[in-house]
Parts: sequence; structure tokens; C-alpha cells
Amino acid sequence: MTSSTQPRLLPADFSMRGRSAESGRSAATPPVRPPGLLRTTLARSRVELLAVFRSRQSLVFTMLFPVLMLVILGSIFSGTVQGTNVEFRQVFIAGVLAAGVMSVAFSGLAMNIAVERDRGLIRRLGVSPMPRAAYFLGKLVRVAVTTLLETLVLLAIAVLAFHLPLPADAQHYLTLAWVLPLGTTACALLAVAYSSLIPHAGAAAAIVTPPFIALQFISGVFFPFGQLPSWMQTVAAFFPLKWLAQGFRYVFLPVGFQRVEPAGNWELGHIALVLGIWAVAMLVVSLLTFRWKSTRVH
Amino acid sequence: MPTPATPMSAGAGTGPDGDDPVVVSGLRKSYGPFRAVDDLDLRVRRGEVLALLGPNGAGKTTTVEILQGFRRRDGGRVSVLGCDPAHDRRGWRARIGVVPQSTGGYDDLTVSDVLRHFTALYPRPLPVGRLLEMVGLAAKANVRASTLSGGQQRRLDVAVGVAGDPELIFLDEPTTGLDPAARREAWELVRFFAGRGATTLLTTHYLDEAQALADRAAVIVGGRVVECGPVDRLGAAHRSGATISFRLSRGQSASSVRALFPQLAVDGAGQVSWESTAPTGDLGRLLAWAEQHRLGEITDLQLRRPSLEDNYLRIVAEHTGQPPAADLAGVRAS
Repeated sequence: MTSSTQPRLLPADFSMRGRSAESGRSAATPPVRPPGLLRTTLARSRVELLAVFRSRQSLVFTMLFPVLMLVILGSIFSGTVQGTNVEFRQVFIAGVLAAGVMSVAFSGLAMNIAVERDRGLIRRLGVSPMPRAAYFLGKLVRVAVTTLLETLVLLAIAVLAFHLPLPADAQHYLTLAWVLPLGTTACALLAVAYSSLIPHAGAAAAIVTPPFIALQFISGVFFPFGQLPSWMQTVAAFFPLKWLAQGFRYVFLPVGFQRVEPAGNWELGHIALVLGIWAVAMLVVSLLTFRWKSTRVH
Repeated sequence: MPTPATPMSAGAGTGPDGDDPVVVSGLRKSYGPFRAVDDLDLRVRRGEVLALLGPNGAGKTTTVEILQGFRRRDGGRVSVLGCDPAHDRRGWRARIGVVPQSTGGYDDLTVSDVLRHFTALYPRPLPVGRLLEMVGLAAKANVRASTLSGGQQRRLDVAVGVAGDPELIFLDEPTTGLDPAARREAWELVRFFAGRGATTLLTTHYLDEAQALADRAAVIVGGRVVECGPVDRLGAAHRSGATISFRLSRGQSASSVRALFPQLAVDGAGQVSWESTAPTGDLGRLLAWAEQHRLGEITDLQLRRPSLEDNYLRIVAEHTGQPPAADLAGVRAS
């Protein structure tokens, strides 16, 4: 027992912490279990959502890019897709919905994580007893809410301005109900894993945006996927955006459109499989490579 | 994936390291061929404030990161609160607090949002209201953290760092970039928590800060602790006594005084100085010399004891081969 622990300048009740100041210390106070995954995930989710909705500026800018794309390109594109009587604009809307998910869940989240790492927030969480998965789950909650919002905004514009017919049966809504969350999860975990490649927040946009734009071109967002060169289709098939767009095409296009899909059908099983593999693989990569330290070295 | 709380197998009082919250021996860590930490020994006693001093690149940051569980070591023994930081258990994390150098950006959260969030991560946190009072931010509870002044943000950082009521606090350069008033405030906070019985490991570049806050200081140079002891006795072994200096009057020659003190130096402005190991005797002889030459009042006569800074610079210089003139932060090893 050491001597110099007499409190020097404090209100009387501060000396009551029967741990380091008093004799009993660790022997007398059994270690208390830190809050578990559920409580800490709720705490993380709360601040994630507070940040999203208090910072309207960042909310607007994250959602703005896909909206602009939809409004501008949706007004330019016309005509039907070759070999079908489906308007290309409708095909494009399905693609933009997928790109919107990726914009929020991948680009937005990867940049958000880069900023939090730069500012030392991640390091602070890393030294706390929080289960580290709580940080990722909080990000999933943040992204789930923002992608849902983004999808609703895009759909509202598509229906009101471009007369997109909404699906009529439960089957299609049911598919939407798993494609959207699965795609969001895959893109978000990709963002978490990808954030390790960003050296500092200033470089985030330069590192995140180019691959995202390239993926949009080769994944059937701007052009009917079936008309792309086959090597491009093959490359795109390795990434989640192609499958996400295909899922949205199933939900929002007539059944007959599957004739011009490269596989000749919607491949719903493949969509689930590829997005699921991405989600699991990126979760593993994230757990192995995520940097809890700041990038700043001195 | 809830992890079980750390079983404190050997209570802090009964383990091989006794009561000391931090015990490091033979710590080693290399980055490629560069030995950042090279056989470092350190012991922090319960309840004390220990300042970790040393030039940039000396291994301070690496050492502290190993103690916090952020970095793996290559070798040596490390015990922090009776546990190996490399095991990085949640129950152990709950007992340490870290106030990093950078100020956290909390975007659009209010001060109390931030504190409510961080206290929710700990098993036995300090109540938010209590934290706000402690760091003097009670009036700012509902203000967005991003609108706080620099000093106020630093106080919020401290509040976040101690939210879990830690037994051991790591403070990384707590006042870098703060104005003098904010610096004093930060010092008050350190004293406050030290007064509550917490052990504090303070990393700093400022010797006045170490002097004001720390019970003991350890100087790290070249990846090892080269000196460790009470702050005011730092470098005592190297202390060469004092410097005696005065100014020659115009036209006066130094030759007669040099006969008395052969080691003296004279600069262009006629400033005479020498280091004395027996300043009382030297002064007596100097005064007799002045009397004999009827000099009357000796111009600018000074006897100066080495300051903490002089001693620190001497220690660093001795272990790096750099002249002591190099500034405090100037010796980069990487």
C-alpha cells in the first residue's frame, strides 16, 4: 500500500471511491463486467443517428449525387432497350437505386470512417472497453437508415417525375426487402474494409470515388448491362454493384426484360449468394485489418 | 461476442510487481532496422504523476502505445494494472483512461451527448453531471462540441478520457497548442485527478509542465530510460555546480582574473564566465581580486545554478552526442 494517495484538493465525497484511494482496492471490489454488445451498440447507434440528422448539410450532400444523376440523366435518356419494349429510363432508375445504395453505404461511410479516424475518435473508442463490433454495428445502423431514406427519395422522384410503375405483387416487394438490406450490408462492410486503404481524411474522396465511378459504368447503371462487352460483364460480376442493380431490375422491370439479361433470367439465387459472400468476406477482412490507432505517426 | 471480464488473477497488491500500476522491464520494439525501444525499464508507482520526457523519436510514443495495448512489443516484460496489455481485455480497458494528443471532433453532438455516449461504454462511469462539473463545462452541457474554444475542447477530451473513472490515466502532451490560460486549466485538471488517487503517466515536451505536475520524471533517449527520479533532482548526478559570470569594464584585461580561474571564457562583449564546482570559494577569490584591483562594483556579477532545462538538455546531449544547444524537440531519430 502506498502513501501518496491522499486527495489534495477535492470535495469531500470524491474520496469515497473504494478502489485506489482506500485500502480494499481490487481485492475487495470484484471486477465489474463492462457493458456488453447490445448496450454499447445502442449507445453507438444513438450518436450515429444524432450525427446524421443534426448535420443536415452532410445528409443532403451524401444523398444529392444520386438524386442529381436521376433527375438529369433521367431527363436525357429516352427510347426503349433493344429487343424489349421497356423504356431505358426505367432500366436506368433501377441502376440509380443501386448506385444510391452504394453511394451512401460505401462512399459515404468510407469517408465518414476516414474522418473519424483522423480526428482520433476511433482511437478513443479503441481504448474504451466497448466490444469492437459495436462500432461496426453502429455504422450499419447509420447506413441502414440513410440508405432507406435515399431509396425512398429516389423512388419518390422516379414515381412522381418519371412515372416509374411500382411492382404490383408481394413477391417483388419481398425481394426488395432482402436485396436492399443485404446490398447495404455488403457495401457498408466493404467501406469498413476499404477505409484501411485511406491514409488520411484528405485523401478519402480521391481513393473512394474513382473505383465507385468505374463500377457504375461497368455494372449496368448507365448502360443496359446486356449490351456491355462480355469481358466487362465478367469483371463487374465479381463486384456487388452489378448484382444489386440486377436485383433492383427484377423488382422494378417487367418479367419479360429478363430475356436481355446475360443469363436469360434474374439469377436471384446468385444475387443473394454474391452479396452474402461479399458481406461475410468484408466482415472478416475488417476484423483483421481495421486500424484502431490514428494514422498520424510521430 | 461478449468477452468475460478480466479475472484479476493476482490482485494488484499481491502480484510479483507489488503495488506498482506500471512495470516495464527490458522492453524492446523495432521498426525494421530502427530500434525504437531498446531495453527500456520503467516503474510507475501507485498514485503518482510520472512525466515521460525525451526528444522526438526517442521512443516515448511507442512505449506508451505498447502500454495502452495499441502496439505489440518484440520483447520484454510489461505489466499494466497487473495485466499484460497485449492481452487487451475489456475488463482491463475499463480501468485505464487515455487522453490523446489530438482533440476529438464530435461533429454535431452536444457536450453532454458526447459524455453520455462515452460513459455508456464503461461499467462504473462517473456520472455525466459530475464529469461536467469536474472539467468546468457544466454551463456548456447543451452546446455543440464543435463550437467550444480550444481550451474547452481540451477539457472535454479530458472528461472523455476519465469517463470510466480510471485507475491509470495516460495523458499525451495535454497542453500542446493551448494558450497559457488554457494550459493552467489543464494543469489544474491533472492535479485534480492525481488528488483523487489516480496514477498518471504524462507525456510532455514541456519541462515547466513536468515540474508543475509530476512527482517523478523519466527521460527517454534512444529507446531507453536514461534517468528517472524526482523532477527537481533530475540530472543531479551530472550537476556541475554553477556558472559564475560578470562583465569586464571597458579597457580592462582578463589576464589577471584568468590567473585565478584558468578555465574561464571571455566573449567578444567582455562577458567572463566559467563553471564552478565550488562557487562559494570562487566568489571569495573573485571578490578579493576585485578589491585588490580597486574595481568597486563588479558589472553584471551572476551566480547561476543549472535549471531543470539545462540538466535535461545535458542528459539528452550526453546520450545522443548532439550539442546541448539543440532545441528540446530537435533530435529526431527517425
